[in-house]
Amino acid sequence: MSEALVQEVAAPYALELEDVDVVYRVRGTDRQVIRGVTLNVERGEAYGLVGESGCGKSTVALAIVNYLPRNGRVRSGAIRIAGRDAMSLSGSELRKLRSSAVSMVYQNPGAALNPSIRVGRQVAEVFRVGGSSDPEATDRAREALERVQLADPGSVMRRYPHQLSGGMQQRVVIAMALATDPALLILDEPTTGLDATVEAEVLDLVAGLQAELRTAVLFISHNLGIIGKMCDRVGVLYAGSLVEEGETDTILTDPRHPYTVGLLRCVPRGGVRKDHGRLDTIPGFMPNLGEELPGCVFAGRCSLAVDRCRTEAPEPHVLPRSHTSRCHFHDKAQSLPRELAADIALVPVDRNADPLLRFDGLGKVFKQQSHAVQALVEVSGAIWPGETLGLVGESGSGKTTLARTLLGLVAPTSGVVELDERELAPTLKGRTPEDMRALQIVFQNPDSALNRRHSVRKILRRSLKKLAGTTGSAADARTLELMSSVRLAERYVSAQPGQLSGGLKQRVAIARAFAGEPQLVVCDEPTSALDVSVQAAILNLLVELQAERQVSYLFISHDLGVVRYISDRIAVLYLGRVMEVGPAEVVFDGPHHPYTEALLSAVPTVDGGGRERVRLVGEIPSAAEPPSGCVFHTRCPRRVGAICDEVEPPLLEVEREHQMRCHIPVEELRSLQAKRTAPA
Amino acid sequence: MSAMTDDAAGFEPDAGLVPSEATIARREMVRQLLRSKTFVLGNLIVAFWVFWAVTGSRLTPYDPLEQTADILVSPNSTFWFGTDQFGRDIFSRVLAGATATLTVAPLATALAIVCGTAIGLVTGYFRGVVDETISRILDAVLALPLIVIAVTVLTALGSSNATLIAVIGLVFTPPVARTVRATVLGERQLDYIQAAQLRGERAPYIMFVEILPNIMGPIVVEATVRLGYAIFAIAGLTFLGFGVQPPSPDWSLQISENYTLLTAGTYWWTVLFAGLAIATLVIGVNFIADALQHVVDE
Repeated sequence: MSEALVQEVAAPYALELEDVDVVYRVRGTDRQVIRGVTLNVERGEAYGLVGESGCGKSTVALAIVNYLPRNGRVRSGAIRIAGRDAMSLSGSELRKLRSSAVSMVYQNPGAALNPSIRVGRQVAEVFRVGGSSDPEATDRAREALERVQLADPGSVMRRYPHQLSGGMQQRVVIAMALATDPALLILDEPTTGLDATVEAEVLDLVAGLQAELRTAVLFISHNLGIIGKMCDRVGVLYAGSLVEEGETDTILTDPRHPYTVGLLRCVPRGGVRKDHGRLDTIPGFMPNLGEELPGCVFAGRCSLAVDRCRTEAPEPHVLPRSHTSRCHFHDKAQSLPRELAADIALVPVDRNADPLLRFDGLGKVFKQQSHAVQALVEVSGAIWPGETLGLVGESGSGKTTLARTLLGLVAPTSGVVELDERELAPTLKGRTPEDMRALQIVFQNPDSALNRRHSVRKILRRSLKKLAGTTGSAADARTLELMSSVRLAERYVSAQPGQLSGGLKQRVAIARAFAGEPQLVVCDEPTSALDVSVQAAILNLLVELQAERQVSYLFISHDLGVVRYISDRIAVLYLGRVMEVGPAEVVFDGPHHPYTEALLSAVPTVDGGGRERVRLVGEIPSAAEPPSGCVFHTRCPRRVGAICDEVEPPLLEVEREHQMRCHIPVEELRSLQAKRTAPA
Repeated sequence: MSAMTDDAAGFEPDAGLVPSEATIARREMVRQLLRSKTFVLGNLIVAFWVFWAVTGSRLTPYDPLEQTADILVSPNSTFWFGTDQFGRDIFSRVLAGATATLTVAPLATALAIVCGTAIGLVTGYFRGVVDETISRILDAVLALPLIVIAVTVLTALGSSNATLIAVIGLVFTPPVARTVRATVLGERQLDYIQAAQLRGERAPYIMFVEILPNIMGPIVVEATVRLGYAIFAIAGLTFLGFGVQPPSPDWSLQISENYTLLTAGTYWWTVLFAGLAIATLVIGVNFIADALQHVVDE
């Protein structure tokens, strides 16, 4: 015991994993999910673990805190937290270690908090367990909440978790995680469910606290941009194997493993747009859970792979600056051939022609018990044939309500929607089959969008029947045609959604939307549930379909890189109002509305740096009580004075095709924003 | 190489069909059920009674309806469970007594499940005024004690197996409707419902073709639970004289015919075995319900 204490003091590492194998026992056989992972996190260091879904990121985290599901176990290797062997501890010692040395923050803060206990008591509980008396625990809980920069901790403590926003909940969870001054803090996708602006704030908070407390952080994420911003070193996990590790800058700029190279290329960035460049993809799929892989784990998808890669597992090659790569040909990794989709010719949008869809003065009020929530206020706009209108804004800004109103799923309280100069009935009940055929949707989550009891054939045939009137053998032929147009192999025709991967499911959903040759397809965050390599393939597909069929898209996304890639024009929504609308490059390059400016600067990019953060204070106000004057004035970093609080600015054309809702003249915005982006 | 060219065209490359999660899940469900001791035991008990319900008096050692011995013989090696006040073999009567209960209870349950599912789908799908109206009516029915409604209706219409099925079926409809409604409300949130509306599907199609297959699990559990209650309800009504009518060897009927003998003491066998029969059947059904519930919840 005393030896362990000495060790703890002396241990240079907050976390050491040594050749860890984790297996899950499924029906009598062990399936290996983590393959010999070795990594060390120094005290005070932020280490990022990055990889796509199914690569074993979360399993690593669970193995560290010894929370593996009952059929999982660490088969071999060693795990040491602050120098103590976490695997040899007894139940009570382990509990003590977990309560003092290591804390974990999960993706969904709502699930981490007990919904029936007030926040104050929950946080105080951590201190009570640590031996504080009741009043002392309460005081320390208040301090802990202050430390995570929650405004008015007193009122937060009296509330129940569901009365807090997602960002506030995550702050409470972080406060609890840091309460015991742990040596190691594990963050498992801590901001994935949050808006970009809130995410940026939570990340700032974590970075600040980490610097202040010198806590070691293991940061697990699928988002390379976030890892790049938050971490000193990064490890890339693929199929349970740590394929590359090194300093963050090195990995992002000089990757030496083909998987890392491919992953970095998939991300739409650097202002790439659909009309001058396709996105790279990574062909193939991650190996199945527990598959026997005698050679390199990535060999099956690597276009550089030779026979040696399939038979001989590469040892980690040590490169300068403590950079390691598990690739036989690490020096050639960057010459990985690009996996590009064929070039396509997009027809330029003709905005002198009549728009396909026009919506004018759309308003939507939801009545809730005593108050009315204004989800949309005087929203007007148009979409031309073959055009993609990107729709961005935080959650609660009205993006989805606008889409649902156009589709006729909800009736607007005021305003009209016109298709081809013809006024559409407010709801589906009054719309003709022709109207329904013209407007379709691809949802965010294909698991929810596809009936899990229906086969691909049934799903597509039914849509063909209802939207195109095709039945019988013609429908069989069309089903296969549709599948081929979304690059879905024929043999999936009798599969049920549960048998398909996320990307394949989304292809089925896209095929369904295209069954009746639609004129406008609403894409409601169609790639946000997918991994980056799959996202790239889906975006390529959407662009191809647009080039072939001149279909228009209303593309909703919180990922600004994706929106920029696919959109011709972009509308920025805030509290149900259009704050800015214009051609994509103008909205991105500026001068932008102060809100757009803040949204843009909140996004961590793989390229790093570039924009200085414009900080937004607090979170989006309630749409039930929107602020007076300009609705953005409560958070606006460029607020000019009383006029902002009192008078709502109109949406004015500030340049050709560029409209904005701001009191600040556009030229002034331009010079203000130019100053900031210019190198100091 | 051909896979590469496919990819260049943007084809989702060959992964081989992922071993069907749905099939695996279904197989796993069956495996779990078979591994569950309560499920297997419950099924054995129920199968035993179903066998006797089907064969009735054909395989019993004695005719359950005829005097075959002296009256009120205590259990012995010839008459294992003894004889009743009319000299009928109680062992044969207990075996043959399964028929009435296992006819009326499943049919009543089926009726309740069909009506309840339909009402649950309608209220859960339409919500709003339709839901409010129907749900309040169901609440009102639920507020009345089951026995009171049943006794009233059976007295008015006269007792027969058909009325018994109808009455119990209708009385059990509201709780089924409630369960189904709650499940439908959850399912209603999913986007495939909106996708169906957007291609112009009508409500009945969405309710019965889109939603119903996805909520079969909870419905099956509900059916098993209700079956247990239905057996009890029939036993209670029969005991009171409103259910199965003599000369059926029905278990409850046996109890109600003989329970006065208990007060005279010593003739415990005339009541005990019929009571045990009801208990084992209900326990068997509930074992199955528990196991199903457990598996469906996972």
